[in-house]
Amino acid sequence: MAHSDNSYPTISNVGLDGLLVTFAPSLSDTANRAALAFRAHIETLSWSEIQESASTLVSAFFRMDLVQHDPETMKERIAAELSIREWLDAPLPEGRRRWTIPATFETSVAPQLEEAAELAGLEPHIAQKELCDYSLRVLTLGFAPGMPYSGYLPKHWDIPRQSQLVNVPAGALVVAVRQLIIFANPSPTGWRHVGQTAFQCFRPDTDTPVALRPGDEVRLTDVSKTELDRISATDPSGNGGAEWKLI
Amino acid sequence: MGLVVHQCGPALAIQDMGRFGYLATGMMRGGAADTKALHEGAALLDQSPDCAALEMVGTGGTFEATTDLCIALTGAAMRTILNGTPIVWNASHAMQAGDTLTIGPTLSGTYGYLHVSGGIDIDPVIASRAAHLTIGLGALVKPGDILPIGPLTDVANRCIPTDKRFEGGEVRIVPSAQTNRFPEHLRNRFEQTLFRRDPRANRQAIRLDFEGDGFADPSGLSIVSEIVTPGDIQITGDGTPYVLSIECQTTGGYPRIGTVIPSDFAKVVQTPAGRELRFRFISIAEARDIETRARADLQKIKTRVTPLVRDPREMKDLLSYNLISGAIAGG
Repeated sequence: MAHSDNSYPTISNVGLDGLLVTFAPSLSDTANRAALAFRAHIETLSWSEIQESASTLVSAFFRMDLVQHDPETMKERIAAELSIREWLDAPLPEGRRRWTIPATFETSVAPQLEEAAELAGLEPHIAQKELCDYSLRVLTLGFAPGMPYSGYLPKHWDIPRQSQLVNVPAGALVVAVRQLIIFANPSPTGWRHVGQTAFQCFRPDTDTPVALRPGDEVRLTDVSKTELDRISATDPSGNGGAEWKLI
Repeated sequence: MGLVVHQCGPALAIQDMGRFGYLATGMMRGGAADTKALHEGAALLDQSPDCAALEMVGTGGTFEATTDLCIALTGAAMRTILNGTPIVWNASHAMQAGDTLTIGPTLSGTYGYLHVSGGIDIDPVIASRAAHLTIGLGALVKPGDILPIGPLTDVANRCIPTDKRFEGGEVRIVPSAQTNRFPEHLRNRFEQTLFRRDPRANRQAIRLDFEGDGFADPSGLSIVSEIVTPGDIQITGDGTPYVLSIECQTTGGYPRIGTVIPSDFAKVVQTPAGRELRFRFISIAEARDIETRARADLQKIKTRVTPLVRDPREMKDLLSYNLISGAIAGG
């Protein structure tokens, strides 16, 4: 995924709603790190013009009122901050958390684990172990509120999405293109369904509707389905037995 | 105490200005499709535009007041009857306890709004009363529901002129992050094409029908999923444009040819199925001038409210009267 392209980063307007800083033309781990680091940097400056910010797979977005504030002036100010360092090798921001999330891979709730393992060239039990061995970064939250796109798994996990959609339940673990997602809601998906968690991505009735933040790390821990069912029944927090600590 | 819903159409939901500040979590703002209509309702009832109102698509319903209250009707005009007597749209009216209000069907436009004095006073969730059904917030309004209202104010029998945003027409767009992926000839053809709003439209996106070739980005390269904003015109793989609406996702993986300016967004959402839409690129500078004027007009919106002096029963041209009077600048 390494690349070098002198035309990046780019700064462009999204309608009149803000400015988008894009660090790479295609998926890239370094560009995601740069987006996280640059967004965090701009946040520390507390510019009054910025109403909110977000980071996506390879970009940072700064929502601002481009009717009131001249886009060219704001682009120059963003460009000046971009030039203070090479953001592609910037350290990740502080205050991130490492989550340990219980997951089960029993066939009844992991119907495509075998198929995904085969595409990755692995025995199912090795695939399952690998999914738990890696700490994956929350690259961005999207599709539904709080739903993490996390990555990157090793290269052999660069398996394509399937054209046939499957229906997965809330909390489902799905995998494709070196990324792992925990589904927020029951939904059709082209990603392969390889496991199940009791983690609730979106909890609108609580003080913290979205628990994960971009940049957090997620590590799965293998539990039995019986244990996961027990956790679902007894953990009222929505964390599904997950724990976190600062990294 | 408030309005009891006796019978209603399939697409009624409580909306306000939506939820800002949650893009990083993957939550789009949602809220009323036509926020101009929220401002008009607020001006009529002399209250904050942040008050929640009932958004009605296609038709309204039958509502009974359980207490004395004031209502206002804005957005897509609907046939409306209060205790057997037709009442005018873009106006406020008094209801007494026991009065029955029947709204629907739509006469022009798509989204109609029923406002109540004090706003619809349900408990907010994540700092808003807006239903955002795609992410599981709130629910459609159904028969038997009671819409609780805030404090009564004496603001009945007022009217407000509106603009021509309910019939389609020209929509101004600005270049956005991915406009340059589309070569000039494609952008020119996009501007020259007569589109019609497809019936396949909802609060996520509005599909545009057209004849001839599509508008697919000829490079054919896939793009990384990226931040989108309501008003973005997304071109799917087969070349069909969709205007993203207020409940779109926060990111999208299709390239966008441009973005509808905020002042014309209500026109896109209000255009009825089958009606014509054309798009014209303007510069960012021109768009900023238009939006600056539109905001100044909005600041003065309460000065456009006038007493509803004519007796509605004597008005033969009842609905057309309010629909065509006083189209405003900057609309």
